[in-house]
This record gives sequence, C-alpha cells and structure tokens, in this order.
Amino acid sequence: MVYLYLLATLLFVFGIKRLTSVRTCLQGNRLSEVGMLVAIVTVLLVGTDVNWAVVVAGIVVGSGVGLVIAKRTPTTQMPEMVAALNGFGGVASALVAMAELLLNARLKLDGVALGDLGVVPAIANPATIIVGMVTLTGSFVAYGKLSGKKLSHPFDGGARHAFHAVLALLAIGMATWLVMTGSHLQMTFAVILLALVASTLGVFLVMPIGGADMPVVVSLLNSYSGIAAAFAGFVIASPLLIVVGALVGASGLILTQIMCKAMNRSLGNVLLGGMGGEETQAADAKDYKSIKSTSPEEVAMLLDGASSCIIVPGYGLAVAQAQHVVKDLADLLQKRGCQVRYAIHPVAGRMPGHMNVLLAESDVPYDQLWEMDRINGDFKNTDVAIVVGANDVVNPAAREPTGPIAGMPILDVDQARTVVVIKRSLSPGYAGIRNPLFDLPNCLMVFLDAKEALEGIVKEVKDLK
Amino acid sequence: MEAYFLFIFIFAIAALLGFELITKVPPTLHTPLMSGSNAISGITIVGAIACARLGEGFLSQAIAFFAIAFAMINVVGGYLVTDRMLASFKKKGK
Repeated sequence: MVYLYLLATLLFVFGIKRLTSVRTCLQGNRLSEVGMLVAIVTVLLVGTDVNWAVVVAGIVVGSGVGLVIAKRTPTTQMPEMVAALNGFGGVASALVAMAELLLNARLKLDGVALGDLGVVPAIANPATIIVGMVTLTGSFVAYGKLSGKKLSHPFDGGARHAFHAVLALLAIGMATWLVMTGSHLQMTFAVILLALVASTLGVFLVMPIGGADMPVVVSLLNSYSGIAAAFAGFVIASPLLIVVGALVGASGLILTQIMCKAMNRSLGNVLLGGMGGEETQAADAKDYKSIKSTSPEEVAMLLDGASSCIIVPGYGLAVAQAQHVVKDLADLLQKRGCQVRYAIHPVAGRMPGHMNVLLAESDVPYDQLWEMDRINGDFKNTDVAIVVGANDVVNPAAREPTGPIAGMPILDVDQARTVVVIKRSLSPGYAGIRNPLFDLPNCLMVFLDAKEALEGIVKEVKDLK
Repeated sequence: MEAYFLFIFIFAIAALLGFELITKVPPTLHTPLMSGSNAISGITIVGAIACARLGEGFLSQAIAFFAIAFAMINVVGGYLVTDRMLASFKKKGK
C-alpha cells in the first residue's frame, strides 16, 4: 500500500517536468493533481485510527474555502492569490510539527525532552515551525503589498538589521528551550512563543522589501513552503513529504534565481531591500518639464502611417482588464498591414509571466509575444511603441550608474520613432521614481485608463477609412 | 539514527532533482509553474491527516483540523488557479 506514495511522488516529478513546456503544461498539472489525490487516499487507507470527523471536517472546510478563493479571483489578482495560498501551506506544515509534539508518545512522559529523541527531530521540529510561520506572515505581507497597501518598516538602516537579529536570536532561544525542556507544559509555552516570534520575524523581513521586488519574494516564499513541508516530513518521518517538499523547495529557488537575473540583481540585494516605495521620494507632475499629452484620435492618426508597432504591456493593462481590447487593436492594425508585436519584460506586471498569462487569456498568438532580449534591438526600427500601463520596465533611469533601479534591464522603447504612453497619471510606478522617458521629445502621453484609451484608439482607427 | 541518515540522503537527492527539473522554463510558464508547485507544497496535507488520530486530546485534534483545512485551501485553491491559467493557453488548440 505504501508503494502508492512512490507512485504519487513519480506523478509529481513528471508533473513538474511537464509544467515547464507550453505543449505539455496542462497535462503536467493534471499529473500532479492525480498525484495529490493518490497521496491523500493512501494516507487515509493506511491510517489505522483515523479521526474521521476531524479529517472530513478539515477537508470539507479547506476545499470549500479554496474553491471560493480560486473561483472569485480575477486574473489580475493572481499574484496576490498565489502569495496567500502559499501562506496557508506554510502554516499547515508548522501546525503539523506542533501537533506531533503533542502526539508523540515518548514526549508525553515527564522528563523526556524533544532533544532526547535524536538530533534530527530536535532540529527539524523547531525549524518547521520557524519556516512555516515566516512563510505564513511573510506571504500575507506580500499579499498586502501586491494589493497596493503601503506598509513601512518602523526601523531604518542598522537599527533594522539589529531588530531582525534580535528577533532571530529570540527564535533560536525559544527553539533551544523547546528542545531542552522535559516538561510538557513548558514545551507548550515554548512552542507558542516560538510561533509568535517567527510570525513577527516574517512580517518584518518582508516589510522593507519594495513593491517592485514582490515577485521575487513570492517566489522565494513559495520555495520556503516547500522546505517547510520537507522539514515536516522529517518531523513525522514521512519520505513522501521530504521528497516532494524538497522538489518544491528547489524548484522555487531556481525560479527565484531566474527572476533575480531578469532584474540584474542578486538575491541578497533584493532581500536587504534596495529598491522600493519606502526608499525613494515619490515623483509627481512638477518633476516633469515637457510633457506632451495627446488623445486617442491623434494616436490613431499616428498609427495610420505606421508600418511597425510594438506594444509594451504592464500592470496597468491587467488592472484595467484591457487584455481583450489590446488584442482588438493589434488585429485591426495587422489587417491594415502594420506589423504588430508585444514586448514582454520578464518582470512586467506583478509576477514573471504575468503578462503572458493575461494575453493568452485573450488568445494573442505566441509568436507575437517577444521576450526582452529578442526585441530590444528592434525598437530603433519601429515606428510606434505603445506602452500600456507599464512604467518601471521602460524607465531609462535604469541605465544611470546609480539610483534605485540602476542596472535593471529595460525595454528600450525610447529608441522607437514615437512612444505613446497610456497611463492614468504621472504618478510613479512601483519603484516610486520619476521616469525621464515621459520628458523625451518623441514621447506622447495619453492620460486615460488603459481600457478606455485603447477602446478610443480602436474606434478611431476603424473610422480612418 | 540510520533511518534519519536515509531521510537526509533522499532530501538531498530530491533537492538536486528539483534543481535539474526546471533549468529551462519559458517565461510564459513562470507564473503557472510557481502556482502549480505552490499547490504541490500542500502535500503537507498528508502529514496533517496523519496527525488526526482517534483517542488523542482536544488540543492536538484542533491543531490537526486547522492543519488539514489550511493545507486543503492550498491544494484546492492552488490547482484550480493553475488550471485556470493553463486553460487560457490551451484554448488556442496548440
């Protein structure tokens, strides 16, 4: 019967493998779903004294909540969603470790400490609680930041690091107490305090990280929840949890690495909070000298004479739900003989691949989606670049040697003959800085919501002939 | 101690396998991959269910209940969201 666990593990491995290619990804997710089902059924079959009331209640409540969350979330809020779901996974692992402390028959004897059970349980148990709780609160802070809440850290610079160090030391202290004490009552207190300290640490670790770096944080926390599951596997001696948790932990780390590379920064740099809303002063209209504002009608006229056009989508496109209108415009322009491509910055939106998901929803063909490195050289031969609700990823300030986004690779839209920026206002992007692009002579601004502006342009282009 | 050595051994091998599995991923699939592997981390549900045992104290069973519920939110929510994202790729009949 336990060989079914091996089957589940294999299904996860092949599932993840297939998730990495467009042709097989749907099938890959199916495989991993089946793997999860096999794992759950197996644990219920092999259990001898299953408390069915608790199991059924937990599964019904959890599935219900998960179902509602998944169905109600619009595509634009997917990144926040993944962050929140991830938090739930983390806390579940922490709870498994706590339950094991109460359930372990030897620990129930007075005078037996967790440390007496061996080195591995003594390390794995507090580690699961720490990683799980940090994942929980860190994910929810990331959720808050992604939904636009401004959260700032109470301490700056050295004081901040000192504060984090104190919290980390407290956590180690609590963990040591938890491992050493032979009294069940003291152990319970130690667990509660450890969970509280770790939760606090999670909040403050994510808090100073700028909003623009949130995709990296979500990916890293995703890795943490896998590691927490693997540690929980050590706690309850389950090879299944160890293997599957390690798989997720490792894959999450790789993905995090890919994202950091896309922003040309090191993970350490991101985690120490280099860039972000709190670190820089906000820019506003008076920081700009020569803004040229235009109307959808003028943009349509501009497009009338264009033979090539590159659309640069950003988070604004997602917020305005303009993915279908932008497709309409692209189709219309192509019918008129204009070459249309989309330039996808690796971290456009709030998650890597966010724009791809969104544009796929409105059936934009893959061959029109161009990655940054492939398309950057083409901007100088392009008539019109239309930036829809993107800001930081086209900010030439990234080419300066210093500054909050210095060194981040950007899309070179400023090299196009004309740049049209559709943006509701001159407010700064996620990185919270001024965008010199808007001041350039070849840049025109359309101060409208992305959907409104694109609908206007589509209508005007239709009226051209 | 020997059993634990085995656990550490498979942990290391599984982590290496995880690194190798996803060295090449098109950016299109970054979000679905993150979301899909996030759902898989709900595997902790298996540990949570194993903690729900008859004849144990109220506190431990309450903890087991919440562990199962939270893990299940992660599993169900994670897979459904991933499916939703991937379904939009599928529509093109590729």
